Amino acid sequence: MPIQKTTKVKIKSELCTQIMDKDALRRTLSRMAHEIAERNKGCHHLALIGIRTRGVYLARRLAEKLSHLEEVKVPVGILDITLYRDDLTLLNHQPVVKKTDIPFDITNKVVVLVDDVLFTGRTVRAALDALNDLGRPKAIQLAVLIDRGHRELPIRADYTGKQVLTAKDELIDLHLTEVDKEEGVYLVSCKNS
Amino acid sequence: MLQTKDLLGLAEMRARDISKILDMTEAFKEVLQRPIKKVPTLRGKTVVTLFYEPSTRTRLSFELAAKRMGADVSNMSISGSSVEKGESLKDTVRTIEAMGVDMIIIRHKQAGAPHLVARTIKGSVVNAGDGAHEHPTQGLLDLYTIKEKKGDIKGLHVAIVGDIAHSRVARSDIWGLTKLGAKITLVGPPTLMPPYIDQLGEKHTSGENKVSISHSLDAVLPHVDILYILRPQLERQKKGLFPSLQEYIKLYGISKERLTKARPDCLVMHPGPMNIGVEITEEVATSLQSAVEDQVLNGVAVRMAVLNLFLGGTHHETI
Repeated sequence: MPIQKTTKVKIKSELCTQIMDKDALRRTLSRMAHEIAERNKGCHHLALIGIRTRGVYLARRLAEKLSHLEEVKVPVGILDITLYRDDLTLLNHQPVVKKTDIPFDITNKVVVLVDDVLFTGRTVRAALDALNDLGRPKAIQLAVLIDRGHRELPIRADYTGKQVLTAKDELIDLHLTEVDKEEGVYLVSCKNS
Repeated sequence: MLQTKDLLGLAEMRARDISKILDMTEAFKEVLQRPIKKVPTLRGKTVVTLFYEPSTRTRLSFELAAKRMGADVSNMSISGSSVEKGESLKDTVRTIEAMGVDMIIIRHKQAGAPHLVARTIKGSVVNAGDGAHEHPTQGLLDLYTIKEKKGDIKGLHVAIVGDIAHSRVARSDIWGLTKLGAKITLVGPPTLMPPYIDQLGEKHTSGENKVSISHSLDAVLPHVDILYILRPQLERQKKGLFPSLQEYIKLYGISKERLTKARPDCLVMHPGPMNIGVEITEEVATSLQSAVEDQVLNGVAVRMAVLNLFLGGTHHETI
């Protein structure tokens, strides 16, 4: 078995475009919360499960907005999919496994999976497998902040914040105050010279 | 993260790598608490346990860990195998590797045997105990249990009591605990205490030892956060290494009365198997202060983390 090496890629120049600022982000999440409540005719039997890491913060914000809208407390869970991914899901070559924390039964609930970016669809595929091992939800819906295209699996989002056309080698970076001290969504183009 | 393909001992590991394994373990413990105790992470990987010394507990723990991770496991039992025909260790592991095995978990009475296997095969090797040298996964599960119960290992005072001379568990614990900032007092009869054993482990930056030696359990008890009890191997008694079982029990056995000399929050640990009535009584083993059952469950979780570390992860990188 080859010893896993770190390959460092030198980024010669980076083009960073902001595609959402703090207010746009807030309004988009409000709209998504309304859509979730509308589609599900309220929040009964609803549960939000955020995919680590940023999906979790988004899930919590959506839950808070829903609780103002519908006056119901929607439970939020944390899903770590590291143990379910296929080789091509994540960037990490030595993934750090964190805990999955879903302190409620998902069986018979409508689970809304929340993630920041929908790209190839492999992360969501892994999340579906993980949920399958944890119970039998009544239904699973998908909420993503950004859909950047390039799907490799037949996966689609039920609730989309924004659709952004990207090239395969570009990156979408979500900054949240909980983690990054400021808020915004950025499109990063790396040029290697 | 790790520079090596094998887990042979805690002595050569960096403190931060040990900490990383302990952090990962929590996620695997969560898997063990689900109704379906399985994740597909190591699907397609093959693990073989090769135990030259008997052990049902450690072997079962490794086997369950691998199965929970979705790997294929096979246990090689030495009796009735070609080893009885005189096949060497090198040839045995080369043959195993040729069948397409990704990891060999080996226990052997000769210290250094896992190291020889690691040099011989390209796959990963995990040391499940080599002579009196090390038992790294036991060390890791002990560290995890302590961390779980006490919050942090730094600054803790641990007493390891019993047959230190013949204990690979004690040595792995010494390395692991000193690297993570604890101090250790080794307690036992002089005949079972190797000279200069207090030089083992990581030292203070000043050069001072983190390990000290005592022959009086009662003197040490009031000062420790953890009481780690080793099993005296009764064959040693026949060799005259301690005069009688009664004397051993009188001086080093932990009974409920003796435990009152320790702090009420002192944690009691034992690697198993226990000789109930000798080094530990039934009452102490099942008391609220005892972490023995936690150690067993944590053992499976820690071994899952170790397997994931060496067999999980990608070889390609794409977004």
